[in-house]
Amino acid sequence: MKWDWSAVADFMPYFWDGLLVTLQILVLGSLISFALGLVWALLMRVPTRWVTWPVGAVTEFVRNTPLLVQLFFLFYVLPEWGITFSALTTGVFAIGLHYSTYTMQVYRAGIEAVPVGQWEAATALNLPLLRTWTAVILPQAVRRVVPALGNYVISMLKDTPLLMAITVLEMLGEARLFAQQQFQFTEPLTVIGFAFIVISYLASLALRALERRLVH
Amino acid sequence: MTSGLWELVLKGVWVTIQLLVLSALLATAVSFVVGIGRTHRLKFVRFLAGLYTEVFRGTSALVMIFWVFFVLPPAFGWQLVPLWAGTLALGLTYGAYGSEIVRGALAAVDPAQREGGIALSFTPWQRMRLILLPQAVPEMIPPFSNLLIELLKGTALVSIMGMGDLAFSGNLVRLALQESAEIYTYILVIYFVIAFLLTRLMRGLEKKLKAGVGKAPVRKPDVELKRAETTNAGGAV
Repeated sequence: MKWDWSAVADFMPYFWDGLLVTLQILVLGSLISFALGLVWALLMRVPTRWVTWPVGAVTEFVRNTPLLVQLFFLFYVLPEWGITFSALTTGVFAIGLHYSTYTMQVYRAGIEAVPVGQWEAATALNLPLLRTWTAVILPQAVRRVVPALGNYVISMLKDTPLLMAITVLEMLGEARLFAQQQFQFTEPLTVIGFAFIVISYLASLALRALERRLVH
Repeated sequence: MTSGLWELVLKGVWVTIQLLVLSALLATAVSFVVGIGRTHRLKFVRFLAGLYTEVFRGTSALVMIFWVFFVLPPAFGWQLVPLWAGTLALGLTYGAYGSEIVRGALAAVDPAQREGGIALSFTPWQRMRLILLPQAVPEMIPPFSNLLIELLKGTALVSIMGMGDLAFSGNLVRLALQESAEIYTYILVIYFVIAFLLTRLMRGLEKKLKAGVGKAPVRKPDVELKRAETTNAGGAV
């Protein structure tokens, strides 16, 4: 096995570019999944099956099918319908949508974990529905689920390379580009593999610290 | 869609199923070896098993696939058949997630059971085989079922390496027809159907295993819908 440090040095500029794109996808994708997941979770609580049924079916479908095929679907089908986005936008939306079907479960568990007494107190105080949600239920529910949401952010980090398949140049995309130009596969692929381990390990440490703070 | 194109899709389904079964077998083997290794009495073995889990869970499955396809051949001089390369990459990665399930389920067995085994002077291996595993395995089935769905979704990744699985056949049909909505809808539906069948299968298995230790399956929606945990943070599986 030959290891060429100069190839690593040559790869570093590509690496930083890729890292930046990866982090962009991660941040935007997380925001979309947090927001959309909350929307799904709230819709699932609407007391009519005309809403819960379709929402449940669609999210179940999205959760159980591969993100890669969903990416292809959005990337190739949307333009046929006359909607064109950049590859990055499509990718961010797809990954956010995919993970929102997971975060909705997290929110649901958080909402269900709010003690019944809180609901009863809100009713006793005659709070309107909107205020019950925004001032009583959600602040308690969301606080509880932050660590679980963080887990999905780390999980999402490891799914960002899939966007390479729709031509986004994130870390793996840059590595492949570099490898094909220089005919050196070992170094770039190992560098980004290592980078993923380091980033997700650091993120899990940060998450544990956050969890400890939230508990107190 | 002509019948020739459908044949292509069916071939893709077959490759996906082969890959799923093989990598599920490898992942199960890895999860049990590494998961049991994490409860070993020697610290060194526990450390190695923990290191394996952290490394393989820490990196992305797709990066691992690239690594197996492009770095292993020049480094070690073996070129794997694509099916085996895909199996290796997926089995090792998802095995690392599975090892956490095994470890969690073993730790959840009532300590009195282990102590009972010691009191009756069972050897560690007998304790594991006759006392701990029969009680722990049924508890592993719901999280393993989730992991199996994740693995099914993971098999689509090999299409990026040009392996003719279901996702890849979708791309071929798209190129042939210059039209994507229809074929990708079919592909997504096929994946969904496979996933649905897998959950039914695992539910049956759970029922059977739980009957063996005199328990009935408890079905909490949480257990069913949670994605396999991916980090240590946020509690064990």
